[in-house]
Amino acid sequence: MSNDLTLKGRVAVTGVGETTYYKRSQSPDAEFKLVLKAILAACADAGISPREIDGFCSYSNDRNTPARLANALGLDELRYSNMQWGGGGGGAAGAVQNAAGAICAGSAKMIVAYRGLAQGQFGRFGQGGRRKSITGEFAYTVPYGVMSPAQIYAMRTTRLMHEHNIDRSTMRAVALACYHHAQNNPRAVMHGRPLDEETYDSSRWITEPFRLYDCCLENDGAAAMLVTSADRARDANDHPVMVLAAQQSGGHRSGSWVHNPTDYATSSFKPAAKYLYEQAGVTPEDVNVAQSYENFTGAVVMSLIEHGLCTYENANEVLTFDNLRADGGKLPLNTSGGNLAECYMHGLGLQIEAVRQVRGDSTNQVANVDVSLANAGPMVEIASTAIYGSEAALG
Amino acid sequence: MSDTNNFCLPEGLTQPAPMPDGLDAAYWEGTLAHELKVQRCGSCDTHQWGPEWMCHNCQALDPEWIAVEPHGVVYSWQRVHHPVHPALTDHGPYIVVLVELPHADNLRMVGNLVGDPMQDVVIGSSVEAVFEDHPSGEPPYTLVQWRTT
Repeated sequence: MSNDLTLKGRVAVTGVGETTYYKRSQSPDAEFKLVLKAILAACADAGISPREIDGFCSYSNDRNTPARLANALGLDELRYSNMQWGGGGGGAAGAVQNAAGAICAGSAKMIVAYRGLAQGQFGRFGQGGRRKSITGEFAYTVPYGVMSPAQIYAMRTTRLMHEHNIDRSTMRAVALACYHHAQNNPRAVMHGRPLDEETYDSSRWITEPFRLYDCCLENDGAAAMLVTSADRARDANDHPVMVLAAQQSGGHRSGSWVHNPTDYATSSFKPAAKYLYEQAGVTPEDVNVAQSYENFTGAVVMSLIEHGLCTYENANEVLTFDNLRADGGKLPLNTSGGNLAECYMHGLGLQIEAVRQVRGDSTNQVANVDVSLANAGPMVEIASTAIYGSEAALG
Repeated sequence: MSDTNNFCLPEGLTQPAPMPDGLDAAYWEGTLAHELKVQRCGSCDTHQWGPEWMCHNCQALDPEWIAVEPHGVVYSWQRVHHPVHPALTDHGPYIVVLVELPHADNLRMVGNLVGDPMQDVVIGSSVEAVFEDHPSGEPPYTLVQWRTT
């Protein structure tokens, strides 16, 4: 593969920014103002003027449009705007991919990938719709009481557990690791709210096989990442982080209606993984730390397997709390607390944590991180995943 | 099942309606007549679900509609405990099954499992369709539920 056709060595994240993360509907700020604050925070982190921004990428039908953002920021030029289709957080790494591709193409020079959410102001993701009638895809599921994300994705996890003998304790280990890491992260909504095995085991069912702690939070806040050329990032500050590869991912009929993807018990990452590592020039064994999007814990198990970080056969042995913790684990996972315990910013927080791990300023820092992986939106029709790296990772 | 007191889920949920562009009219008309209709390509005989204007196997346009035997096997399932719609608030748990139709290229359908909501559900067990009529719908509609055989 020609290096001319990959991101590696050409694109970097120069700054990251987040607002305070709030419990659902607790934000004192309007959603759009949250996004502006996150962008300003990313600019301050990068040491650039907001006026340098000339492009915007987002996902999940974000309500905060590039035109309004450019207008609010007083930008002289808007050269690039882009959205990955699909709900949920499937596009968190995809927004970075789209920004990175545009940087490589010279379409813009400083692109912000962003996501803002104030569910109290616009309605919750975890609640069903209130319409009298519905047509199309959801006409085949909603009348049967399948309407929330947990209800839409539970049966994939049931099938995973059935086909591959994945234990409940493996899913529990994911939740325990997330909550463990949140206790060191003052940004985390669940900071100061530790989780133990007994609390997990006795928590109520949302829908079998998901208990309460298998499910992500619902939060208000905003997050932003500034994507630019590797050279501009090196000039801007002392903490450039390379985008080694980023990839959107859907498999055969992954968008088919009524739960008919050919491969059902999948996180949708099988197509991406084979390109991701080749483009990044690394292998799964090189990954020092992973952020794996937890809409639900079962999806994390699928994702780690499909990224080659463990196998169907050894998942129950590898994915233990001791192995997943940043302080001494073999496969440190979701070191900010992730969507379960830091904040559900539709996964952009996980991308930012992956960047932090390369910079060396995570609140649960893993030693000597050169290769840092973050995926997004497992099980949705189009997921996405990215690998970030240090200068050393460029080889 | 025509006894309106015997719906799997309470009334008041969002009801289904055919798509305005006509893509799935044959399915909903079929259920009213207690027939389970899916697409089958007239060129390559591939069964297809959900509906689309093209056969995903051979790209022939306008797949035909055929009635299939209304039985299958449980491919996956969930027991929903946490309600997310007002109509379900005091209803209690209910079972959703994903049913595979081996005689129709293993296509899958979503429905509720009739009977005790706390019953054991076994992947691979045989089920048959139960047509649940909602004549007071606007427009009237019929849901396809499943019963263990």
